[in-house]
Amino acid sequence: MDKIINPVEQIDAAFLYIIGISLVLLTLITITMIWFVIKYRRSKHPVPADIRDNWKLEIVWTVIPTIIALSMFWVGWSSYAGLRNVPKNALEIETIAQMYSWIFVYPDGKETEDEIVVPTGRPIRLNITSDDVIHGLFIPAFRIKVDAVPGVNTYAWFYPEKPGRFFVQCTEFCGVGHADMTAILRVVPPEEFQKWLEQEEY
Amino acid sequence: MPGLIENLPTNSGDNKLENTISFYKTPSPARFTGIGAWLLTTDHKRIGLMYMAAIIFWFVVAIILGILIRTELMSVGTTLMEAETYNALFTLHGVIMIFFFVIPAIPAIFGNFLLPMQIGTDDVFFPKLNLLSWYLYMLGGVLAIFSLFADGPPDTGWTFYVPFSVSTHTNVGLTVTAAFILGMSSMLTGLNFITTLHRMRMKGMGWMQIPLFSWSLYATAWVQLLATPVLSITLLLIIFERLFGSGMFDPNKGGDPVLYQHLFWMYSHPAVYIMILPGMGVISEIIPVFSRKSIFGYKAIVLSSMAIAVAGSLVWAHHMFTSGMSDVAVFVFSFLTFVVAIPSAIKVFSWVSTMYRGSILMTPPLFLSLCFIYLFSIGGLTGLVLGAAGTNIQVHDTHFVVAHFHFVMFGGTGFAFFAALHFWWPKFFGRLYHFKTAYVAATLTTMGFMLHYIPMFVLGMQGMPRRYYDYLSQFETGNFFAGIGAYIMAAGIFLMFINLALSFKNGEKISQDPWGGSTLEWQSPCPPPLHNFVAPPTAPGYPYDFKAVIQKANEPKGTGGGPS
Repeated sequence: MDKIINPVEQIDAAFLYIIGISLVLLTLITITMIWFVIKYRRSKHPVPADIRDNWKLEIVWTVIPTIIALSMFWVGWSSYAGLRNVPKNALEIETIAQMYSWIFVYPDGKETEDEIVVPTGRPIRLNITSDDVIHGLFIPAFRIKVDAVPGVNTYAWFYPEKPGRFFVQCTEFCGVGHADMTAILRVVPPEEFQKWLEQEEY
Repeated sequence: MPGLIENLPTNSGDNKLENTISFYKTPSPARFTGIGAWLLTTDHKRIGLMYMAAIIFWFVVAIILGILIRTELMSVGTTLMEAETYNALFTLHGVIMIFFFVIPAIPAIFGNFLLPMQIGTDDVFFPKLNLLSWYLYMLGGVLAIFSLFADGPPDTGWTFYVPFSVSTHTNVGLTVTAAFILGMSSMLTGLNFITTLHRMRMKGMGWMQIPLFSWSLYATAWVQLLATPVLSITLLLIIFERLFGSGMFDPNKGGDPVLYQHLFWMYSHPAVYIMILPGMGVISEIIPVFSRKSIFGYKAIVLSSMAIAVAGSLVWAHHMFTSGMSDVAVFVFSFLTFVVAIPSAIKVFSWVSTMYRGSILMTPPLFLSLCFIYLFSIGGLTGLVLGAAGTNIQVHDTHFVVAHFHFVMFGGTGFAFFAALHFWWPKFFGRLYHFKTAYVAATLTTMGFMLHYIPMFVLGMQGMPRRYYDYLSQFETGNFFAGIGAYIMAAGIFLMFINLALSFKNGEKISQDPWGGSTLEWQSPCPPPLHNFVAPPTAPGYPYDFKAVIQKANEPKGTGGGPS
């Protein structure tokens, strides 16, 4: 079996790349601006130069940002591709959003509300739709977010490697209970998951 | 405040400028007097000032709503209000800020007043249509106020996403109608500006002699004219869905809710450029004047305005990466988004380079413009995080987006609006305001702004969604600081407005250009006479030629003289 690449790492690398370059650019622009204002203040520099343009400089500062922007696009796109390509042996869970809760249905028919339990070490694919208005499924810990649209099937996948508790939130405004439309994601070892799956429902 | 500005390039020996009768004393048409001289006027300057009164009113209302929202969010749980009220408040805050303030602020006030002056003419091409646009704006306002009553204010967010906006029982219909009417007003203003720039330029002024503020209004006007009808149709479709259940967006009837999002953003993303382009135009005017040096790369700035207008119309679906649209669409729209980032970067580089070897005089308008460049750069750069597909997924619909667009719309357009107010205030009213207070107000606003929005970037990356009435307890600290920032910022803005208002009482009276501008509006008295110019203005070969200004400033005192 191929090694599964966790998209979280790629996305965090993309954040680092884009924000890092942005901070450098922002610092350069700001320092240059302040330096000019101080150095060329009227009391010290009463006679301005008459410079109207410089096509070489303008080409440089068009081409270099274009290259930077395209590299950012590519980093962003490849990390996104990781979110969309679901590995083969994923556990599929049907996810239905409604005002204002999340329903999860497991392959064996087990149903839960506002709680997903998944085993470690296996990719999880959520097949998402909505019963009423548009909702948004967001699990920040796994960098995934997909809208739940009535009449449309969308999906997201994630790869839980360690046990833990994570929060799931609704991110598409859906009415009075929007902010309360949260769920808990519990990642447990496979044996515990199997035991949980076989339990009687609540 | 004598002596605040040194080396004023005035020619106070010129009695013609001092003794002209200002447009305030000359009603147009002449048969109206008193309040009628305002409400029935076709004078572009009076219409601009009537917009100013209305727009500042709505701006203050929306600031107060914003303060209430942030106060509610300062602690976990119910602080001030229930969820219904909170949802109505953020919807109204968004609708008012976008449709009543950010979109019209600079074009309707400063564009109306200054566009004809910058191209050396006496009015816009359709003066009566101009007045009609103002009445449509006011009608939209009245409807928005009505929508607060009847079935309760709308609670959908300013985006009115279906199916929620169709199924909610609140007063979406009236609010949508108000936005529809405001769209009409915006389109007519755009049409007027395009025609004016084509047909009313003074003799001898070619396209490459038009000042950059007017150029930015031209680019904006095309977007207003071409994109706004899409919004109008979309809003009508919502009304049809609500009244007749037409099913266009209803999956049970074969419709598609995502189609609504496409239609909505097909207008609303270009609208972002309707909002920011005029602000960029303002900055392109202010920086050369206080550097006493030509704008760097005039043609590149003109081209980038037009490029933004065109490319900005092709990136709407970058608001929809999580909507379930195809991955191919995500690829294309993410790519185009990075393309549209480049003309904005070119403008920033040009502004900064304009100051290189200039002769820079610090004034409140310049200070606000520098704040603009800093804040707008942060807004633009965080836009790259949102434009990149993978990172967008994490921060889409979170507080990161809220912070990003406030940096662009408020740190950008808002600060450009403040800068424009301080720059052209003497032109409008013939008064100078108190400089020190203006600096204090601008600093408070900027500091408050940073404390307000920087925590939201962090909150968003940690996963706090937007439009949340309540939140998980780990988000409390960030929200608390954001609230404090909001109070400081609001205090700064109110101080700024009070300072400007006090200029009517205490401000030094001036009758002509206090800054040393090179564009045509500064060739006429402050405030200008009814037909804008005393003598026909001379068209400059290049709008940012400061030779004459420098020459006047260097004349020995006594022959030229200053205001002090």
